[in-house]
Amino acid sequence: MKRYVYLWAFLSFLFVSSLVSGCASSQQQLLSAEQSQVKLRSMQTRAFDTTDREKLLRTIIATLQDLDFVIDKADETLGTVTGTKFKNNMTIKMTVSVRPRGETQMLVRANAQYGLKAVELPQPYQDFFMALEKSIFLAAHQVD
Amino acid sequence: MCPTIKIIGFLLALSLAGCVSVPPDIFRLPANSLAMRQLQTRQYDTTDESKIITSSAGVLQDLGFTLDESETKLGLILGSKDRDATNGGQVALATLAVAAAAFSGTYSNAYQTIDKVQKLRACVVTRLSEDKSKVLVRVTFQRIVWNAMGAINRVESLDEPTLYQDFFERLSKAIFLEEQQI
Repeated sequence: MKRYVYLWAFLSFLFVSSLVSGCASSQQQLLSAEQSQVKLRSMQTRAFDTTDREKLLRTIIATLQDLDFVIDKADETLGTVTGTKFKNNMTIKMTVSVRPRGETQMLVRANAQYGLKAVELPQPYQDFFMALEKSIFLAAHQVD
Repeated sequence: MCPTIKIIGFLLALSLAGCVSVPPDIFRLPANSLAMRQLQTRQYDTTDESKIITSSAGVLQDLGFTLDESETKLGLILGSKDRDATNGGQVALATLAVAAAAFSGTYSNAYQTIDKVQKLRACVVTRLSEDKSKVLVRVTFQRIVWNAMGAINRVESLDEPTLYQDFFERLSKAIFLEEQQI
């Protein structure tokens, strides 16, 4: 019988500690990122051979709409677009920003959150940039 | 199965619940994206983008939306409206659940969990076609539904074709009315 008392004490400790720990302490969330800054930037950023900022921003808006996002905010001066998408009853929020790189290129950077988590996997960003490439191609060749 | 193992399983499930993993396919183009784009887009034979976006804002106002955000340099307006979301079917089911609970001597909060309030969001984006001869308008709708306890019951995109057809009918009318200075 005594054996069970220890087991219960251990289980109670496990239970309480699991409740207290959660994912991370709540204040640390402000500056938290699971990936390194460099790695995160490289997976979230692509360069495009264009200098037409407005067209790029408009293409980003069109791509987000293709991906079922509603655009919450856009700012031409700042070069940012933010959208929200609802999927499987979860909220996905994404900001895409553009800035010039040298004389001939523009950098596009995207970051997203899924529910209460930052999206820090490479695959979703690859999919997004693939869709963006496709949109630029579509827009250039007028398919729609 | 031994009860201790069941309890361990339950505790493990509890400790894991806080961390939802991100599915890798969240930004993959949906298979129906082209069909949705066609449903949500109309072309207007004009090059005056600002006229179309002004008319779109007028249509959103006609429909009772208030504007939350706009960036006309990029052809964007976003509107929303808060409305009642009570649904007769759900109320009937909740009444049954409450009656059944009362009958069996327990309590049911079914009335608290049914749809109560919704926020409808509409986003209009305009752009010039590639040959700059037409203005393309794309509208998308979403809604967020809360229950009586203030918790979110549901978030979803709205894709019934009639919604979009109705919006564009109103937009065509608005463009006409504004041209005639009515």
